[in-house]
Amino acid sequence: MNPAINSALNSGMAPVATPWFFYALAGLAVASGMAVITRRNAVHSALALIVTLLSVAGLYLMLYAPFVAGVQIIVYAGGIMVLFLFVIMLVNLDRSSKERQFNRMWPVGLAAACALLALFTSVIVKGKALFPDRMVPLAEGSNTQEIAKALYGDAGRMGEYTFAFEIASLLLLVAILGAVIMTKKKI
Amino acid sequence: MAEITTLHYLVVAAALFVLGVIGVLTRRNVVIVLMSIELILNAVNLNLLAFSRMWGNLHGQLFAIFIIVDAAAEAAVGLGILIAFFRNKETINVDEIDLLKW
Repeated sequence: MNPAINSALNSGMAPVATPWFFYALAGLAVASGMAVITRRNAVHSALALIVTLLSVAGLYLMLYAPFVAGVQIIVYAGGIMVLFLFVIMLVNLDRSSKERQFNRMWPVGLAAACALLALFTSVIVKGKALFPDRMVPLAEGSNTQEIAKALYGDAGRMGEYTFAFEIASLLLLVAILGAVIMTKKKI
Repeated sequence: MAEITTLHYLVVAAALFVLGVIGVLTRRNVVIVLMSIELILNAVNLNLLAFSRMWGNLHGQLFAIFIIVDAAAEAAVGLGILIAFFRNKETINVDEIDLLKW
């Protein structure tokens, strides 16, 4: 990172990311999240989900997590959503977009979701006092290095998450095998 | 305008989570149900990163990376099951997946 910018941040200059960015990104994320669950056409849902993922990636950047934001854009918006769009185009879309979109038990589901929302609201309202009302400023230049140290280890020692990282690679291998076997003509 | 705190992020994450739950519980199209699950996982990630920012350490970010790995695996296997199902029954509606229902 540019040392001039760094010293400007340290000297208490106002950060570039103003609260307006947060409200814009959060509003965009929630609005397109609503579009995801209400659109009739699954392709429109997928495109709305991409908008949600990108605005959530913007929120990650505001949370000093540039590496996770990059992973979010590359893996989610780039990889997983392409997979979704391929599958939407493989299964026939015309018939299912003419059918009923919500299942018969939707009032029950909506009531359950509203109960969950009430639970979240009460937790947030009651726990309000536990949160600090100011964010401490953090160094953002070394984020990716620190994550790499925790994942891959540092100076010949295993990192804190190296074992979990290897298990995750095993999980991905199993997922690849599962996906290939599921899509074979004859199982 | 007031400074953005952890609480603001928690509110956004709760909204996204509830939207995902509504999608999972009410939609019939399996593809959209899977997309709603991605919405839920994103809400969880947002929470983890907000708390990681609040405590000033990286554990939340590493957990978020592992959750993204999980989401990729889940999407691949879920969509594979969906294609196998579509090949057998010519439909992608959740309420027609009832072979195991007594």
